[in-house]
Amino acid sequence: MATEPAAAELTVPSLVDRYFTRWYKADVKGKPCEDHCILQHSNRICVITLAESHPVLQSGKTIKNISYQISTNCSRLQNKVSGKFKRGAQFLTELAPLCKIYCSDGEEYTVSSCVRGRLMEVNENILHKPSILQEKPSTEGYIAVVLPKFEESKSITEGLLTQKQYEEIVMKRMTAATATS
Amino acid sequence: MFPLTEENKHVAQLLLSTGTCPRCVYRFCGVDFHAPYKLPYKELLDELQKFLETEKDELILEVPNPPPKKIRLQELEDGIDGIDNLSQNGEGRVSVIEDGSIASKNSNLNVCNVCLGILQEFCEKEFIKKVCQKVEASGFEFTNLVFSVSFPPQLSVREHAAWLLVKQEMGKQSLSLGRNDIVQLKEAYKWITHPLFSEELGVPIDGKSLFEVSVVFAHPETVEDCHFLRTICPDCFKPAKNKQSVFTRMAVMKALNKIKEEDFRKQFPCPPNSPKAVCTVLEIECAHGAVFVAGRYNKYSRNLPQTPWIIDGERKLESSVEELISDHLLAVFKAESFNFSSSGREDVDVRTLGNGRPFAIELVNPHRVHFTSQEIKELQQKINNSSNKIQVRDLQLVTREAIGHMKEGEEEKTKSYSALIWTNKVIQKKDIEFLNGIKDLKIDQKTPLRVLHRRPLAVRTRIIHSMETCYVDEHHFHLYLKTQAGTYIKEFVHGDFGRTKPNIGSLMNVTADILELDVESVDVDWPPALDD
Repeated sequence: MATEPAAAELTVPSLVDRYFTRWYKADVKGKPCEDHCILQHSNRICVITLAESHPVLQSGKTIKNISYQISTNCSRLQNKVSGKFKRGAQFLTELAPLCKIYCSDGEEYTVSSCVRGRLMEVNENILHKPSILQEKPSTEGYIAVVLPKFEESKSITEGLLTQKQYEEIVMKRMTAATATS
Repeated sequence: MFPLTEENKHVAQLLLSTGTCPRCVYRFCGVDFHAPYKLPYKELLDELQKFLETEKDELILEVPNPPPKKIRLQELEDGIDGIDNLSQNGEGRVSVIEDGSIASKNSNLNVCNVCLGILQEFCEKEFIKKVCQKVEASGFEFTNLVFSVSFPPQLSVREHAAWLLVKQEMGKQSLSLGRNDIVQLKEAYKWITHPLFSEELGVPIDGKSLFEVSVVFAHPETVEDCHFLRTICPDCFKPAKNKQSVFTRMAVMKALNKIKEEDFRKQFPCPPNSPKAVCTVLEIECAHGAVFVAGRYNKYSRNLPQTPWIIDGERKLESSVEELISDHLLAVFKAESFNFSSSGREDVDVRTLGNGRPFAIELVNPHRVHFTSQEIKELQQKINNSSNKIQVRDLQLVTREAIGHMKEGEEEKTKSYSALIWTNKVIQKKDIEFLNGIKDLKIDQKTPLRVLHRRPLAVRTRIIHSMETCYVDEHHFHLYLKTQAGTYIKEFVHGDFGRTKPNIGSLMNVTADILELDVESVDVDWPPALDD
């Protein structure tokens, strides 16, 4: 294997690379491999996405339906935000559910906020076309946008994993899996 | 010609004997032309006394106990705070009392019970000269001025009391006296002082002048004179957050209009009592109204913010567009501060080419305001020579109204841009040709994530009027676009997580990103172009 990277595709830093820092939460709510990736913009806004290792993004999975109705009384679609200070937004804690993903194989997955803050919006594009979530999970297929409190903008990442830490965890899983099989 | 007639005698006598100065006497007798007020104080006093002498002598001597001479001298000196001691050079004002007898000469020293000295020494040449010295020392350049003076609120109370007194006296003669028959204190004050200012400073007084000289008087001794009004009309004196004292001039006037005569007389002496000291001068200030300079700027750096970029006291990027332009103006106009505004703005990493972007700078409290067009041209040259990151053109003085043109431009006028686009997929010339044919494309842009922290969340519909492409290589092309004002170009290219629809990526079915952006033109025809 050549040590020099092939120059065939010059890696231009992507939009996400340029403006966002990737943070991760693994095995959210204790569910194995349900990893989330939080994209934190330099202006503190967080975009909640599924990490590559999430079951929904694995090949063979088909999404049947996505719903933002997380309880009888609460739909994330009803979130209304007004003004510069985003009044009226639903307030989220780390474990607050954002949406439910129903797959054709009967599995059901809940996506959680992972950060505290005000819910700005949920992605309606994935409602109409769930495949976007699988095709472009880090951009067009995002789940939600959350605005943390100004005072908490640095502290929210304290409970999250860096890119490197996440990669180590994924590595450990793979070696554990191969070891047991 | 002496302005008072027989009819005025009783009133004049009553006022003078109860401690009112000659000029205030004239005011209450309805003397409404300037000349009498401008005469020197001593002359006014003598004339008035002569006029009244034809009656009984004893009446004039009913002057309330004047304080002993030593204390009076000291109080008069203290009373002229903030100005170099007027009385120290011993001019006329302070005449030593040989004996303690109550002679009419003492009225010279009595502080008027109505105007508290305003129409005594504070309208005379000496005082005006002191004010003018301060004006000249302040270093402002001016060709006219407006003079504003502020009196302590309790003067209105005293005026009201004197009016009631005079009204009563005239009633005895079956004469009526309306509030409007009396000459207002401020009016008389300006009649006397305006010509003195003009003479001393060599410029006319003009109500529309941008250069303001303001004098504020206070009278700490009688501050509580107003307080009784609050018990009678409490709703006139509601405390508001910004006011230091509830007893403002407006509030006091309102209460005086409401209060019944009997209630007033119960609480406040008519005639008002004589104060020990004259007013103090709280402040003498000069200020010049803002002037506006406009122009157009080009930005050639991809590393320059519009405004200073400071976080937690630390400057993140050197300088800014507004500082590079305004700092020079601030210095030359000798202004206190500036407000920079422009017809829209560009990001740190975006250049502004073409004719440049219109801007206007408000220079606050400028000390120097007159510049020839040649001087402005030189100033423009100076700015351009000092930095290659920005350049300005069409630099000119404009009026405040002109700012409106510029802001109108921000919201209504079109802009054109050129962008360097990258695509993840390989592209051929034919893949981008279709973009050239798209006219007036409607796009919906949610508030971009990069500004969402400080802007409301909303969807903006914008129009891309036209586009032109120029192929570079398999992953790059130049895109020229003409768009509606307020369009976020970067988001139109990369799609901002799909929150701008359609976008270049979705139109071409690729992942697109923007590598470089330039503003090619800001289509606002203001400020007027100057031939350089």
